[in-house]
Amino acid sequence: MPLMEFFTGKHLDRGLHVPEHKDLTSHLPIRRLPFAPVLVVPLSQHAGAPAIPIVREGQEVVRGEPIAKAGGFVSVPMHAPATGRVTKIALAPSARGDLSTAIYITPYSAASQEVLYGAPQDIDNMTPAEIVQAVQNTGVVGLGGAAFPTHVKLKVPEGKTVDTVVVNGCECEPYLTTDHRVMLEQPQAVLQGARIAMRALGAKKAVIGIEDNKLDAADALRDAAEGTTDITVVTVPAKYPQGAEKMLVKVLLGREIPSGGLPADVGLAVFNVATLAQIGELLPHRQGLIERVVTITGPGVRKPGNYLVALGTPLRWALQQADCSDQLSSVILGGPMMGAAAGSLDIPITKGVTGILALTHKQVNGHSRIYPCIHCAACVDVCPIHLNPSHLGMLARKDRYEEMETDYHLKDCFECACCSYVCPSHIPLVQYFRVAKQMNRERKARG
Amino acid sequence: MSTSTVIEVRTAPHLHSGSSVDRIMRNVIYALLPMCFYSVWLFGISAAALIATTTAACVLIEYWSCRASGREATIGDFSAAITGLLLGLTLPPGLPLWMAVVGAFIAIAPGKMIFGGLGFNVFNPALVGRAFLQAAFPTAITTYTPALALHRLAEFIPTTLAIPFLKAAPLKDWIAQVRIDGFTGATPLMLQKFDHVTTDPWTLFIGTRAGSSGETSALLILLGGGYLIARKMMDWRIPAAMLLGALITGGAYYLSDPVKYPSPLFVLFSGGLMLGALFMATDPVASPVTPRGMWIYGLLMGLITVLIRFEGGLAEGVMYAILLGNALSPLIDKLTQPRTYGEGKRMFAKEATAK
Repeated sequence: MPLMEFFTGKHLDRGLHVPEHKDLTSHLPIRRLPFAPVLVVPLSQHAGAPAIPIVREGQEVVRGEPIAKAGGFVSVPMHAPATGRVTKIALAPSARGDLSTAIYITPYSAASQEVLYGAPQDIDNMTPAEIVQAVQNTGVVGLGGAAFPTHVKLKVPEGKTVDTVVVNGCECEPYLTTDHRVMLEQPQAVLQGARIAMRALGAKKAVIGIEDNKLDAADALRDAAEGTTDITVVTVPAKYPQGAEKMLVKVLLGREIPSGGLPADVGLAVFNVATLAQIGELLPHRQGLIERVVTITGPGVRKPGNYLVALGTPLRWALQQADCSDQLSSVILGGPMMGAAAGSLDIPITKGVTGILALTHKQVNGHSRIYPCIHCAACVDVCPIHLNPSHLGMLARKDRYEEMETDYHLKDCFECACCSYVCPSHIPLVQYFRVAKQMNRERKARG
Repeated sequence: MSTSTVIEVRTAPHLHSGSSVDRIMRNVIYALLPMCFYSVWLFGISAAALIATTTAACVLIEYWSCRASGREATIGDFSAAITGLLLGLTLPPGLPLWMAVVGAFIAIAPGKMIFGGLGFNVFNPALVGRAFLQAAFPTAITTYTPALALHRLAEFIPTTLAIPFLKAAPLKDWIAQVRIDGFTGATPLMLQKFDHVTTDPWTLFIGTRAGSSGETSALLILLGGGYLIARKMMDWRIPAAMLLGALITGGAYYLSDPVKYPSPLFVLFSGGLMLGALFMATDPVASPVTPRGMWIYGLLMGLITVLIRFEGGLAEGVMYAILLGNALSPLIDKLTQPRTYGEGKRMFAKEATAK
């Protein structure tokens, strides 16, 4: 940790250093993947209500054209990722493991990747409410993985004010380099998006937080922001899980989001850089989100890279394009610390997929023996929320889920998995906590 | 990639730091070995026999307990071997071997396995065994032999091979025969407490003195502990807090009466404080997990150690201080739960909701 940051306090006090493996792809420019033979666009790629189809089977669609409308305020529309024909609207496997409704589109052969759909939009003269509506129309959701509809966050909750927009360019998960490349290649779009967010929220300034393993990205943004004072770029020492919203606002601004609260409670709104870049790109052209940058990486692929992938591209196709090995043992959507393992290679890439990590048999060592907890306190020392994972794990083993929530702050756990990562007894702590939270939710639902 | 590729589904995280309990335990053994060898050089083959006996007995008794309760044997995690080594290192080198076996049995069977084995013991098992021996055989466990005695690498200390339940011959004559000038069978703490002779700190640091087999050399203990701390296999806060607690308390006594009480340096390097602070109090199972709890636990043990030494009837108090600390650690943990992110300010740890 550089000495200055030690004194200024701009560092994460807990958390840990995980081998990054980012050099596999961080130097590779963003490249487009070709269209898959069939694109599968699920209606529920975001948090909130599923979208409602506005096309019928057999209809022709143009790349960029809306094919589903938002199912409510906390919902977003979908747009056709390619020019082609809607072959069917039917169930498709999803990343969660269940089947969900999706629109199947067969792109015409030789269909162009150019987006012709759209119309200019004068964003400088829009009211905040109009911006919120316009952002909803783009279908943009949190591209850092959470997939929460962005326009909802652009609406200031009643009775609150937002003074600062925090732009999250940490990308602390190992292997992932999408945000890195976006900041490097589209700094103007990031700034444009940040300014739109500031306008919608009435915020006076924005802070872009970037980890010091991406100094070139920070320089690119600083160059782009030269001559302006409303947006500042701050580099922070790289540490996992600094990219978590709660951690970043504490590191950058020293503010703590109250337990169970929102960033707006402390006058902030936090957006991922890729999300803002998309808003900055799409909004002036009244276009919709139809593709995203995905890092396809890991020992299981021979051509790792940062690929611009049409939404709805099946995992299998994307992996084949990256020349995936025959020794594949597991495929992870997102980073290795918080990402979910894909249950099938037929699931489509959706708005929340930041990376595809292909592991071979060598990396997966999940068979190591589970020892009893020896109270070594390694988990206590890394928990960024300052929980006591050791004790929580013990309570979980005894099914005392309620006590975990009432006395030991289970709800504040955001499942960064630092505790599981360091545990010498190989106790699947974070999985215990997921189960406990689910059990508590079910108990409450029963009343 | 064929269409029949089988992919595994596991829950996140998909990476692990690679640390494991058996690796930590193995390294603790490496850290203890220099003390064992030094002890053999200092006290001869009796120390070797003692340490080998306690270690073998602990491992065998753990194996037997697992078998008897129909569980998979847990000796592969090396924790029983550590208990055995530590027990051997805290006993006087001339202790009859049969007593050592009794101590090992108490340490493992009621001290550890009855609670459920590794991870569930309330007290440090080695100290449970030693405390039992202290109560059962008060003479034998306070009978020390001089370091660097003649023929120590060729013959046993006579008491080592004593027949179970028979009174062993007193060692006084034997000590007179084998001791070399300047070395006595009394430990520095005994000399200080009962004869008011203070051993110089350098001797204590190097460890050429009477005492329990492994406690004498502060140097080797610090090296072993330093190795574990450097490899992040031991928490530095507990030994630091315990030594600090002893230093502060010892210093207060010394300032109140420099003639009657020894210097705080003597307090630090004498007796079993070093071994206790670095290898006994740090038993993770029986110590607190919260950062503040570790400091409180350590300072408390340092304080109690010195209080027993200066105010109590015993020459040494490390063992009881640590056992007391062990007993308090669940309470300390409960009262020192850290303030979580976003919880807001608070004065005291939130009390458990009693319903």
